[in-house]
Amino acid sequence: MNDLTPTREQRTAALEGMGCKRKRVEDIRFTQGRGNYVDDVKLPGMLHGDFVRSPHPHARVKRIDDSAALKVPGVLAVITAETLKTVNLAWMPTLAGDVQMVLADGKVLFQNQEVAFVVATDRYAADDGINAVIVEYEPLPPLVDPFKAMNADAPVLREDLVGKMSGAHGPRKHDNHIFEWTVGDKDLTDAAFRKAEVTIKEMISYHRTHPSPLETCQCVCSFDKIKGELTIYGTFQAPHVIRTVVSLIAKLPEHKIHVIAPDIGGGFGNKVGAYPGYICAAVASIVTGKPVKWVEDRIENLTATSFARDYHMTTEVAATKEGKVTGLRVHVLADHGAFDACADPSKWPAGFFNIVTGSYDFPTAHLAVDGVYTNKAPGGVAYRCSFRVTEAAYCIERAMDILAQKLNMDPAELRLKNFIKAEQFPYHSALGWEYDSGDYHTAMRKMMETTGYAALRKEQAERRAAFARGETRDIMGLGISFFTEIVGAGPSKNCDILGIAMFDSCEIRMHPTGAGIARVGSKSQGQGHETTWAQIIATEIGIPADNIMVEEGNTDTAPYGLGTYGSRSTPVAGAAIAMAARKIKAKAQMIAAYKLEVHEDDLEFDIDGFRVRGLPEKFMSMKDICWAAYNSVPPGMEPGLEAVSYYDPPNMTYPFGAYLCVMDIDVDTGVYKVRRFYALDDCGTRINPMIIEGQVHGGLTEAFAIAMGQEIRYDEVGNVVTGSFMDFFMPTAVETPHWETDFTVTPSPHHPIGAKGVGESPNVGGVPAFSNAVNDAFSFLGSTHIQMPHDFWRNWKAAKDLGAVA
Amino acid sequence: MIPGPFSYHRPASVADAVKLLVDLGEDARPLAGGHSLVPMMKLRLATPAHLIDLRGIAALKGVSRNGNNLVIGAMTTQHELLASDEVAKSMPILHEAALLIADPQVRYRGTIGGNVANGDPGNDMPALMMTLGATYHLEGAGGARDVAAADFYQGAYFTALEPGEILTSITVPVPAAGHGYAYEKLKRKVGDYATAAAAVVLTMAGGKVATCSIGLTNVHETPLLATDAANAVIGTSLDAATLKKAAAAASAIMSPAADARGPVEYRKHVGGIMVTRALQRAAAIAK
Ligand SMILES: Cc1cc2nc3c(=O)[nH]c(=O)nc-3n(C[C@H](O)[C@H](O)[C@H](O)COP(=O)(O)OP(=O)(O)OC[C@H]3O[C@@H](n4cnc5c(N)ncnc54)[C@H](O)[C@@H]3O)c2cc1C
Repeated sequence: MNDLTPTREQRTAALEGMGCKRKRVEDIRFTQGRGNYVDDVKLPGMLHGDFVRSPHPHARVKRIDDSAALKVPGVLAVITAETLKTVNLAWMPTLAGDVQMVLADGKVLFQNQEVAFVVATDRYAADDGINAVIVEYEPLPPLVDPFKAMNADAPVLREDLVGKMSGAHGPRKHDNHIFEWTVGDKDLTDAAFRKAEVTIKEMISYHRTHPSPLETCQCVCSFDKIKGELTIYGTFQAPHVIRTVVSLIAKLPEHKIHVIAPDIGGGFGNKVGAYPGYICAAVASIVTGKPVKWVEDRIENLTATSFARDYHMTTEVAATKEGKVTGLRVHVLADHGAFDACADPSKWPAGFFNIVTGSYDFPTAHLAVDGVYTNKAPGGVAYRCSFRVTEAAYCIERAMDILAQKLNMDPAELRLKNFIKAEQFPYHSALGWEYDSGDYHTAMRKMMETTGYAALRKEQAERRAAFARGETRDIMGLGISFFTEIVGAGPSKNCDILGIAMFDSCEIRMHPTGAGIARVGSKSQGQGHETTWAQIIATEIGIPADNIMVEEGNTDTAPYGLGTYGSRSTPVAGAAIAMAARKIKAKAQMIAAYKLEVHEDDLEFDIDGFRVRGLPEKFMSMKDICWAAYNSVPPGMEPGLEAVSYYDPPNMTYPFGAYLCVMDIDVDTGVYKVRRFYALDDCGTRINPMIIEGQVHGGLTEAFAIAMGQEIRYDEVGNVVTGSFMDFFMPTAVETPHWETDFTVTPSPHHPIGAKGVGESPNVGGVPAFSNAVNDAFSFLGSTHIQMPHDFWRNWKAAKDLGAVA
Repeated sequence: MIPGPFSYHRPASVADAVKLLVDLGEDARPLAGGHSLVPMMKLRLATPAHLIDLRGIAALKGVSRNGNNLVIGAMTTQHELLASDEVAKSMPILHEAALLIADPQVRYRGTIGGNVANGDPGNDMPALMMTLGATYHLEGAGGARDVAAADFYQGAYFTALEPGEILTSITVPVPAAGHGYAYEKLKRKVGDYATAAAAVVLTMAGGKVATCSIGLTNVHETPLLATDAANAVIGTSLDAATLKKAAAAASAIMSPAADARGPVEYRKHVGGIMVTRALQRAAAIAK
């Protein structure tokens, strides 16, 4: 040892492993315009496809005349449902067990539905062609209000299902009914309500919105007739699933399909499902023998590819006078639009909505969800949340505030009284989940102390008095949210997609010089996997993160994985990465033992290599072991240093957090100001604190948008009126509040590195915090619940309805 | 979101531009910054066969002081208005309002001429030009003429501009020294058109309003001058009752459309509040 020998701290730091605020390696190309997105893919002879879309929400298609379109210079083909029928692709299966029209087959069921696909030599010609296609419609009465879907006189939307009184999830009660899903003990819950000292009941709606990633959905399909192979570049959050689906529905052998998801500009759930554009581009490529590109524009993205939410949740809580909850009863009316295109694990028609008991120790609960069809775009996807978890979190967090108001109790105090206690974990919830770990009281108290919660309540009381005296027109609200998420789908015992268990995978290959490549079944859309996955490996095997290249998205090279959504990458793929790294380490240990001439058990791992116990100078670095793996392995051992792991998680993970929003609202204009927003997240072990902070900032910004105005709205005759960023609220840096972030660490006991996932927590927890702040601001004027979104005019209307403005 | 086919022309003089417009007829449209016209073309709500780009005409650019007037070339961009010391000094309300238009990208290209000639009730400059008593200079095949901003707007996207005419410059009288001003615009976010907006220019004498004019944006199919509201405050010290009266008088002439910004009732209500707030702020800075 001399002065130049690095210290243990220096050696650890050099790895840039877990816990390091490592800079995102992918940002070098993203910030210099050197990313490679689908629209950057340009193949020789490539054609462009674009859709003729329905102006009607509900109509019969009488006739499609493409003769004028085919005369437009550059237009080569017009594909309709009739064309697709010749290859049996006029309809496609959805992930939710329904079927969906690829192109209008006799009828259109929502405005902007795909009616015909025009293929041309460039995008301009394709659009000219669209305008020349003549479609004759016979309008039918639209069904817009989900609450009227099951009326006796409601128009029947899905004629293909008439007479089929049983669907993928059991019996159907009406032609417009999709499924009923029930969980929990009804009798016990009804009994709890009969005995209850206090109950509340409220219809809490979570409006329809949209993930709206910066990059829209798109693909390039290229069919090679000679080889019989189909290559698809696409914006896919789950490329392997897409390959399997294409193989099943197009009847192509799976090894002859190459799916490549290059850089993706945001997904947020929008890019999980399969859309008509993919099928049409593939068919067009087969028909024309040329590569075909399809790129959605913003209007198409907002109005046709999957929306999110649209849950109408009638919520009841039973409690004692002292505020101890004794029962929860929820009925959800779920508006799925024209086709049930939910992107949930197959057996979960309402996702994991049964996490609706939240962070509270409910002795009993009962949940029923009815899914219905309406004349709206199909969906809905999980917009930056695990399946229907944000709806559930919103439901219970609003309900707890409403109960607190009824009991005249502080909402923080009510939560502290009902939290699942640290010693109750693993906790079995009334609706069937096993929460892995948590320490809710600590997180809540840290939030209250850091924000000065008590003082804020005092200030609010003074402000209310001043408002009553006419000295101010501003009202102040404090919005608490204490959410528990369920992420990391999931264990094969309860999660699959089209029969494929929801495991994930990693393959690591170390090269002789101590660098390597890790290929993973997940697919980053901006989450920074290239950075964080290398950090896990760095800590596990002692090779600097900079020496590990991470590759995802190419189904020919990446091991089969179920993709990235539902905060599943760290819980599932992250675990597979750690397990593969541990296999590498185990082999490395055998090589080191051979080279150091000791027994394996005499070695201990020490940051970046193996050391002989008791003989600290006898050390072999991982770098040297990599070299040895290619020239001097123990007799009988295969050379090389590679490992593969497929990880089937034993349980979900349950991140949680305590958020507080402080808001002021001017009752005269409805204009609000988020004065302060504090977010404490517990996502277990923290791999890269900087990336976590970035994820929390992004998720909170989306939550802010959703709660305060972002909606997909239809007028009463079924026209979608929020088709651009002029009306679909997309906050800029100017509107976005300042975020304060904080954390506690409660590792997951079953995950190899204890990590739980964080990408979606801020969206799940943020929405209730904003909405509770608005509701809390108005509560002293006599309201119990005001529906989202809380944009300016609706705030003014609330004030007016409550008599606060003339 | 792809425009239909069109031809592109780039004349070097006003005379050439007018000639092109006359020769090509109804299907030709002047193109300024393109930030209202091109979005309409991408939606195929506008399908001009010919675009006559005015950006090659040097004479249409710039801000200059001519006696008691500012003369602003039609092709002066919003950004150039913001960068102009002359505007900042003699007509600060123009600076204030320009800053509330869209975002920097739009302001780098969007022009004052396009903004006032467009005829969209959502544009901010028209009501301001009416408030300031501006005059538009138009040139066509039949020669040049002047039209007061207050007489220019006839309906949504309908203006006094005749086919073949180009707006070349705007003359704006410089408000009296010591005047008070404010442009109050309620919008949902950066880049949004007004839910309602009010422009106020006033002078005070002895604590009372001496002169006042009020313009309103996006609360009617055209920009409005709220003359009754302005008259209601003259001679007062803007006490609560007067402000209420002025807001009511302004709201009375508003007839906004219901849209995602809010129902009619809301837009009229906040229109009144914008008037009140603009009056108060203008009075506070008047000397
Ligand atoms: C996202 C976004 C947000 C916006 N927000 C606002 C806002 O808040 N407030 C606001 O006021 N505007 C807003 N705008 C519009 C913007 O200010 C436009 O630039 C402006 O309305 C038109 O000016 P232009 O130079 O771009 O004109 P163009 O779009 O080129 O032309 C507009 C119309 O005027 C005609 N025209 C242009 N110049 C002349 C001329 N010299 N003589 C005769 N006719 C002419 C054209 O033929 C066309 O019909 C926004 C635009 C965008 C894209």
